[in-house]
Amino acid sequence: MSQIETAFFEIGSLDTLATRDSFIHRLDPRAKLLTTLAFIFCVVSFDKYQFSSLLPLVIFPASQLVVGRLPVNFLWKKLLFLAPFVVLIGIFNPFFDRQILFHIGPFGVSGGWMSFASILLRSALTISAALILIATTSFSGVCLALEKIGAPRVFVLQLLFLYRYLFVLGNEGTRLVRARTLRSFNRQGTGMAVFAQLAGQLLLRTLDRAQRIHLAMRCRAFSGEIHLLRSFNFGRREFLFMICWCSTFLLIRAGNFPQLLGKVLLEFTR
Amino acid sequence: MHLADALLSPAVGATMWAATAGTISHCSRQVKRDLDDSKVPLMGVLAAFVFAIQMINFSIPATGSSGHLGGGMLLAILLGPYAAFLSIASVLTVQALFFADGGLLALGCNIFNLGVFPCFIAYPLIYQKIVGESSSEKRLFFGALLSCVVALQLGAFGVVLETVASGISDLPFNSFVLLMQPIHLAIGCVEGVVTAAVVLLLWRARPEFIQDSHIENSQNRRSGKKVLVGLLVATLVTAGGLSWFASPKPDGLEWAISRISKNGAVAGSRPEIYSLLSAFHFKSAILPDYHFSPAEDAGSTKDGAETWPAVDAGTTVSGLVGGVMTLGMSTLIGFFLKRRHSAGTA
Repeated sequence: MSQIETAFFEIGSLDTLATRDSFIHRLDPRAKLLTTLAFIFCVVSFDKYQFSSLLPLVIFPASQLVVGRLPVNFLWKKLLFLAPFVVLIGIFNPFFDRQILFHIGPFGVSGGWMSFASILLRSALTISAALILIATTSFSGVCLALEKIGAPRVFVLQLLFLYRYLFVLGNEGTRLVRARTLRSFNRQGTGMAVFAQLAGQLLLRTLDRAQRIHLAMRCRAFSGEIHLLRSFNFGRREFLFMICWCSTFLLIRAGNFPQLLGKVLLEFTR
Repeated sequence: MHLADALLSPAVGATMWAATAGTISHCSRQVKRDLDDSKVPLMGVLAAFVFAIQMINFSIPATGSSGHLGGGMLLAILLGPYAAFLSIASVLTVQALFFADGGLLALGCNIFNLGVFPCFIAYPLIYQKIVGESSSEKRLFFGALLSCVVALQLGAFGVVLETVASGISDLPFNSFVLLMQPIHLAIGCVEGVVTAAVVLLLWRARPEFIQDSHIENSQNRRSGKKVLVGLLVATLVTAGGLSWFASPKPDGLEWAISRISKNGAVAGSRPEIYSLLSAFHFKSAILPDYHFSPAEDAGSTKDGAETWPAVDAGTTVSGLVGGVMTLGMSTLIGFFLKRRHSAGTA
C-alpha cells in the first residue's frame, strides 16, 4: 500500500474505534480533552533528568486502554516508530552531557543517557495520550469540545469541513498515486515534474468540487450560518473523572513513588 | 520538522499556544468579516487537498531521496493570509490528533512555525512584493520560490529557538542551527520549485482564480500594517541575530566608572542591604545580564575568553523577549491613551 492509502486507513480505523461503547466513550468530550491536556502538561513539567518518577504516569493511558476496551495494537505500531525527529535530536544528548550521575555496578550512567531515556518515555506517554483521546472521542467530538471551550466558530467549522472532505480527497489522491505507480518504471515518472502536474490536476478538480459544494449548500438554503447539533452534557461523572485524574497527576508530580517503593522494598529485604 | 512534546518545556509550550490561539481568533474574525460564504467550503476542501498532497512523495533528481510538499505557501497564495492560516492550523491539528505527529502541546509551536511565517511574513513581504497585481509568469515563479525558501528557513529557525529555550535537549544552539538551516534550505528550494510549478499550472488553466485572489488580498493591505510588520521583522532580526555582533567592550559609562574605581575614588563599605538587594535582583532575573542563568546553560562551553560574534542563545532569547515585551507595553499604552482621548472628546 502506498503511504497515502496507509494514512487514510489509519484515520478510518481510529475513527471506527471511537464508535465503540464503554464508560470512557460515553463521557463528555470536554472532560476527556481537558484531562488529556492536563496529563501532557504534567508529563512535560518534569525535570529533564527524571525517569523513574515519570513511570507512575503510565497508569493514565493504561487504564483508558482497559476501561475503553481498546486493542493495544494500534498504539504499539506508532510507539515503535517513535517520532523520528525526537529520537534524532535526543540521541545527541549522551554526546553533549557526559557528567556521570550515578553508578550501576561497574557502569557509570551519564546525564546524557538519563535525559535521552526521559525524552523517550515522555514521547511514549504523550503520543499514547493523543491517540487514545481520538480513539475514545471521535474527531467531531473533539471539535465540539473545542467549540464549547471557546475556540472560534470559524476554526471549528474549518476542522469539520476538512474532516468531511478528507476521505473524498484521499480517494482521489490514492487513485492518482496508483495510476502514477502503474505508469512509472525504476525512477522514471516519479519526479518533481510529474508530481507538479499531478498536484495541479488535483487542485483544479478540488476547486471545481468546492464550487459544486457551495452551490449544493445554497440549494439547500445555506445562508452563511452553520448550526451544530450538540448532544453532550457535562455532568457529575465528567466532573469526578476530571477531579480524580487531575489530583492523581498532582500527587505523582509532587512525590517520587518509585523511589519510595524502592526504599520500602530495600528496608524489607535488609 | 514538527516539534514534539517530549522536547518542550511547559513554559515554551504554553507561550506558543497563547500566541497561536491569539492568531487563530484574529484570523477567524477577519475571515468572518471579509470572505464571502463561497469561500467557506473552499477553505475546508483546500485544506483536505493539502493533507492529501502531503502524503504523495516524489523523487528528487540529484539525491536518491524522496520529498513531499508542505503546502503552507501554496495555501497562502490561493486563499490569502487569514484563511490560509486557519487551513494550515486545521491540517496540523488533524495530523497531531490522528498521527501524533507533533504532540498536542507542541501543536501551538507547530502551527506558529508552519502557519505564521508563510502567511504573515513570507506572503505579504515577499510574494506580494514580487508579484504585486501584475501576475506575469516569471514573477509568479520567483515569488512562489523565494517565499517558500524564506518561510521554511524561518520555520526551521523557530523550531531551533523553541527547542533550545525548553532546555530538554542538550544540543547547543550553534550545532542545532548548523544542522537545521542548510537542510531546510534544500527542502525549501525543492518545495519552492514544486509550488511555483503548481501555481503556474493553475495560472494557465484558471487565470481568473489567481487574479481574484491577488486583487482581494492587495485591497486588504493598509500601509500602516505594512510598516508595522516591517518594523517587527527588523526588531526580531536585530534582537535575535544582530545582537551577537554587539561589541563586547565596555560602553562609555562603564569605561568611565572602571577608570574612577581603579583610582580608588569609590571607597567605603556598603551596607548589607545593598548586597542583599543585588543578590535578590540577580536571582529573580529571568535572563541575568542577557544570558541564560548559569545553572541552565549546561551545553555551552564557558572558557572565559570573549568571542566575537558572541553567538549565544541567551542573548537571542533576551533580545526577542525584551523586544516583544517592549512592543506589547507600548501598544497597550498607546491603546489606553487613544481610548482616553476619544472618551475625553466624546
